[in-house]
Amino acid sequence: MFGLLLRRLAVLIPTFIGVSIIAFSFIRLLPGDPVALLSGERVMSPERHAQISAQLGFDRPIVVQYFDYLGGVLTGDFGTSIVSKKPILDQFWQLFPATVELSVCAIILAILLGIPAGVIAAVKRGSIFDQGLMGIALVGYSMPIFWWGLLLIILFSGILQWFPVSGRISLMFFFPQVTGFMLIDSLISGQKGAFASALSHLVLPSIVLATIPLAVIARQTRSAMLEVLSEDYVRTARAKGLSPFRVIGIHALRNAMIPVITTIGLQIGVMLAGAILTETIFSWPGIGKWMVDSVFRRDYAVIQGGLLLIAAIIMLVNLIVDLLYGLINPRIRH
Amino acid sequence: MADTMTDIDNSPEVLSSGAMRRQMLKEFWFYFSENRGAVIGLVIFVLLVAVALLAPVIAPHSPFEQYRDAVLKPPAWTSGGSATYLLGTDPVGRDILSRLLYGAQYSLFIGVFVTTLSLVGGILVGLIAGYYRGWIDTVIMRLMDIILAFPSLLLALVLVAILGPSLTNGMIAIAITLQPHFVRLTRAAVMAEKTRDYVTAARLAGAGPIRLMFKTILPNCTAPLIVQATLSFSNAILDAAALGFLGMGAQPPAPEWGTMLAEAREFILRAWWVVTFPGLAILITVLAINLMGDGLRDALDPKLKRS
Repeated sequence: MFGLLLRRLAVLIPTFIGVSIIAFSFIRLLPGDPVALLSGERVMSPERHAQISAQLGFDRPIVVQYFDYLGGVLTGDFGTSIVSKKPILDQFWQLFPATVELSVCAIILAILLGIPAGVIAAVKRGSIFDQGLMGIALVGYSMPIFWWGLLLIILFSGILQWFPVSGRISLMFFFPQVTGFMLIDSLISGQKGAFASALSHLVLPSIVLATIPLAVIARQTRSAMLEVLSEDYVRTARAKGLSPFRVIGIHALRNAMIPVITTIGLQIGVMLAGAILTETIFSWPGIGKWMVDSVFRRDYAVIQGGLLLIAAIIMLVNLIVDLLYGLINPRIRH
Repeated sequence: MADTMTDIDNSPEVLSSGAMRRQMLKEFWFYFSENRGAVIGLVIFVLLVAVALLAPVIAPHSPFEQYRDAVLKPPAWTSGGSATYLLGTDPVGRDILSRLLYGAQYSLFIGVFVTTLSLVGGILVGLIAGYYRGWIDTVIMRLMDIILAFPSLLLALVLVAILGPSLTNGMIAIAITLQPHFVRLTRAAVMAEKTRDYVTAARLAGAGPIRLMFKTILPNCTAPLIVQATLSFSNAILDAAALGFLGMGAQPPAPEWGTMLAEAREFILRAWWVVTFPGLAILITVLAINLMGDGLRDALDPKLKRS
């Protein structure tokens, strides 16, 4: 296990350095003067320019600048936003829980529906269930989720008025942020109706964000189950007279889960990309919307920092998935 | 492919290469047409291509003409609709059907352009990495890992922020994010094929590295690349539409489907049709290509072939 961790880290560290080089050079690749871009001041005297340039370290050799940047990043200094003038890491931590809350709800939804759908499709291979479920899965997989979100808003917020259009909680409620997760904070606050409000705000965005991962998980579960169901040990289990539920639920599913877990892990990156669209549609104050807003505001410092932070999270999650994979499947440890 | 080889080995007379190709195609079509969804996907795709090519002929109106007296007209079959504007008009009075028909040109062009760019780039880089191995392989694969560390849409968004919002820049950005998949596939296939006897034989016969890479090895790696290409085709259309939706892709008044959705967003609760039809067009197109992709995978992947 420890060997696996070391091997993964040996790949991860150069990748992280590469990612940091990209984030570092990004601001220097932009057309225009990086000093002006980073300070947000369009017109400045040569003295002021030199002053800011020195302050940002642009007057030093590029290699020194990079190591300064990397040193800053490793000690938690991702620079300050051009627009809000606040440290980027602080902003990130403020918005990140919203994205995590949404993504966790979405992935739970995707797993709870996707795995049973895949199992049913595989067990009833070729039946109407199989064709219907896989047809729906392919539609989900092909879905432009930004449009799907708008459709759900028209139906459930416009016509039926079941769920709110945007935000994380009704403006009626106000309570201190303890964890940053609205579902937990609203429970802690003890205010009547706060939890229900937070939950109803989560429903539509979660469905939208879950759509593609759900389809991918269902398809992957089906093909993994089909492979496992034709194995000898499943036939043996059946021949022993075990109930179909035991054969499928215990013997087959456990082995079929191995590739499915990898798929779920890979969906994290998909989710963060999906969060960009989902959060924009539902005005969800998370890091996806933060990035889109920053692109529009030309807040290049935030784009630079956010890019690096998001890539780091994805790499970290992938590392955890890899280790988990090694834990479940001893065969790949060596 | 493996099945074809054994078939040929067993046949008494040696087939000419033309006959062999015909037999392979026949076999391919046999497996492809077994998948009903794939055939439906193919038919829809052919229709879409026809629509894109014939848009100037079949579109009832110009996609840019603004009929100021017919703003936000509902579709023909609802009350208040008229047969002049079958799918209704948008907030500035443009005919939605005509814009959708012209939009097919955009989506298909985006798919072709992005897939070609990432496929050609990916094959070249992947061949080099898989053939030469060593430090060059390590550098290339680390570079691909770095690209893969970013969510594709985020990377595309940032690249567009650098290059400036336009359809061309969006397509380049999407191609960059899709390329690593082709590199990985090509590299893996090349590494698997490189040690085979026929490659050694070709090398002993005096084939140089360029010939070995492109003429000897590459044709035997095409199956997974074709499947990945269809996937990329649909991904490119989705991502480009998403960029358009975020205002970072094709710019108004282009009748690109994602851009149309972005322009229609504020009217969703008042005029459902301006939102519904462009998205439906994206969904149908992507679905058709993904259906074909599933059929191609079944037909080309020997592991999945039911014998």
